Amino acid sequence: MAKENAKEPLFHIAKRPAIIWYKAWIIRIASVVVALLVSAIVTVLLTGENPLNVYGTMIEGAVGTSRRIWSLSQDIAILLCISLAVTPAFKMRFWNIGAEGQVLIGGLATTACMILIGDKVPSALLIVIMIVASIVAGAVWGIIPAVFKAFWNTNETLFTLMMNYIAIQLVSYFSYEWSVPKGSGQIGIINSDTEAGWLPVIGDKPYLLNIIIVLIITLIMFIYLKYSKHGYEISVVGESENTAKYIGINVKKVIIRTMIVSGAVCGIAGLLLVGGTDHTITRDTAGGRGFTAIMVSWLAKFNPIYMILTSFLIVFLQKGAIEISTKFSLNDSFSEIITGIIIFFIIGSEFFINYQIKKRESVKEVSE
Amino acid sequence: MKKILALVLAVVMATFCLASCGDNKDSKKDSSDKKMKVGFICLHDENSTYDKNFITAANEACKELGVEAVIKTNIPESNECYDAAADLADSGCSIVFADSFGHEDFIIKAAKEYKNVQFCHATGTKAHTEGVANYHNAFASIYEGRYLAGVAAGLKIQEMIDAGKITKDAAKIGYVGAFTYAEVISGYTSFYLGAKSIVDTATMEVQFTGSWYDEAKEKEAAQKLINDKCVLISQHADSMGAPTACENAGVPDVSYNGSTVDACPNTFIVSSRIDWAPYYKYIINCVKDDKDIDTDWTGTIATGSVVLTDVNEKAAAKDTQAKIDEVKADLEAGKIHVFDTANFTVDGKKLESYKADVDTDAKYEKDTEVIKDGYFHESEYRSAPYFDLRIDGIKLLNEKF
Repeated sequence: MAKENAKEPLFHIAKRPAIIWYKAWIIRIASVVVALLVSAIVTVLLTGENPLNVYGTMIEGAVGTSRRIWSLSQDIAILLCISLAVTPAFKMRFWNIGAEGQVLIGGLATTACMILIGDKVPSALLIVIMIVASIVAGAVWGIIPAVFKAFWNTNETLFTLMMNYIAIQLVSYFSYEWSVPKGSGQIGIINSDTEAGWLPVIGDKPYLLNIIIVLIITLIMFIYLKYSKHGYEISVVGESENTAKYIGINVKKVIIRTMIVSGAVCGIAGLLLVGGTDHTITRDTAGGRGFTAIMVSWLAKFNPIYMILTSFLIVFLQKGAIEISTKFSLNDSFSEIITGIIIFFIIGSEFFINYQIKKRESVKEVSE
Repeated sequence: MKKILALVLAVVMATFCLASCGDNKDSKKDSSDKKMKVGFICLHDENSTYDKNFITAANEACKELGVEAVIKTNIPESNECYDAAADLADSGCSIVFADSFGHEDFIIKAAKEYKNVQFCHATGTKAHTEGVANYHNAFASIYEGRYLAGVAAGLKIQEMIDAGKITKDAAKIGYVGAFTYAEVISGYTSFYLGAKSIVDTATMEVQFTGSWYDEAKEKEAAQKLINDKCVLISQHADSMGAPTACENAGVPDVSYNGSTVDACPNTFIVSSRIDWAPYYKYIINCVKDDKDIDTDWTGTIATGSVVLTDVNEKAAAKDTQAKIDEVKADLEAGKIHVFDTANFTVDGKKLESYKADVDTDAKYEKDTEVIKDGYFHESEYRSAPYFDLRIDGIKLLNEKF
């Protein structure tokens, strides 16, 4: 009788030693497969549709036509841009969940330029002013919580969250103020006759410019985080503020500087949305991407290059989901369930990469 | 190593995207002999009473005429709306319809690109000035429906006065509105005039929410009005907020967009709504017969576009239905006009002339004379309402939100 074994549970969880890269990928791929299986079962149980048709429709919805691929790429670009923006802050363990507001305020600054000085300055100058305004506005929205964090150690999560609501309400206010027709709360497309302040279109591909700009930002952000002194300081502050202080890093300065970068890139996302594609602003212009970006950034472990993949994954699922709800007349909520299941499994797979489940050593003696 | 793999995957994705961009353009030109398709773009899904009203009508009309309905829900008022419209056109829809005011500019953008597809937009204001042949606006003379609903409200208030529950001077109606612009102003004014045609001492207070769909805000607004001693509530916003507040407080309610009797059996009186099925049938038949669609189409009681739900006998005053039928017949016969200048004053004066902002522009220029033959001609110069007068007897509690 091995009495001492009685206390040991049947399973226990243990930290894994570093796992070989291909094994990690096998686990990740396996998790997607399992997620698809579970989703298939849920689909059949809830709707009675053939899951293969549902998945086929998803792919069709995301990449079925050239227009859909462009639209997919555009959405990836914008989501990626916002994810890149939150990443330096996250690496520093500064929980910036205010990207939504930072994007909106950047967009609002762009809108203000287009409406207020759209007919007063030449278009090229207007675009320069828009770029500066959107970056400054986003940076200001980032710097306010950063200053409070740096000097008075306020809770940045709550602070940045609250800044979102201020930005949303400001956008609501100005959508009312500038609405056409009066009082409708809708600005409508700005300068539709003169196209003043519309970012230029490359070829006849309206989204290409956004995509190129975001790719450039991705590269810069990768280099900034990986090879620059700033990037190094960010990771040290993230690992341990005390270490950072000890080796002479000015933590306050790093926090503020990093949030300026974070806010500024969000501001650019606002510029691309308002000046590049929508040419108008509503409360929904950011569309929750400020929050989705958090997931994109985490899933990619704060690596800008991986983020191309994770934002692709999320946008792909969203686009596919819309098509499912259209084609099978299912409510949007259903496709969100599927997306939720898939993302849950992908996040869950990280657990199995970092930990392993050990079964209790089998007890040799048979109890009497 | 991990990084290399990620890079490789990223590159594969990118090339895959770019590769597929090039070749499958215009591959969908073989749709002529297939079943006709109509695309619908909705701001929310059927959880919103507003969109549900469109979706139900779309399914009904398409089923009856044997065409396929492709419905895209939760499409925001941004470039995504243009993408959705263009995508529907790509997939072979002959008609694309959008239901929300803010969709308009993006639908016009798509209409300019797809000249062979008809684009129709509810509640919009720009079709008659935009000059895009395949772009059309539609609305209904819902002010007539609201007037009738107002009559039902007036009867209820009269019943309260007769029963001695309130005095004649306490006949105050509360109204929850979304935004301070013509569509809402036209709605609450016609409702008020309907009630006033029964109770001439009736007054009204309007609280705006600054949103088309915000259950909490609408409920809060209705509660504020109830606390302000409003004896009856109506609304022009799309959630169950106001009706729920009324049911909880036991205050009679005239709702909008459809019956709320299931949730509010004790307080729901009646509701007016626009039935979009007649319009859908009209545009589908136009396309089938190769006829032009009206640039501005205004549904009426006669076309079956403006309808009232069944009266809830439990909450309504006696003989409400009979009175509604009587006034409805008069409206149809042209015997009475909702915005008859004899029935309202602005700043204490009767109006002889008024220019409304019919052609939408950023400067809100008043461009069209709309008072003729003793009444304000609503929804005649374009389908969407343009009645934006602040008449006496109605107090706006907040201007903007």
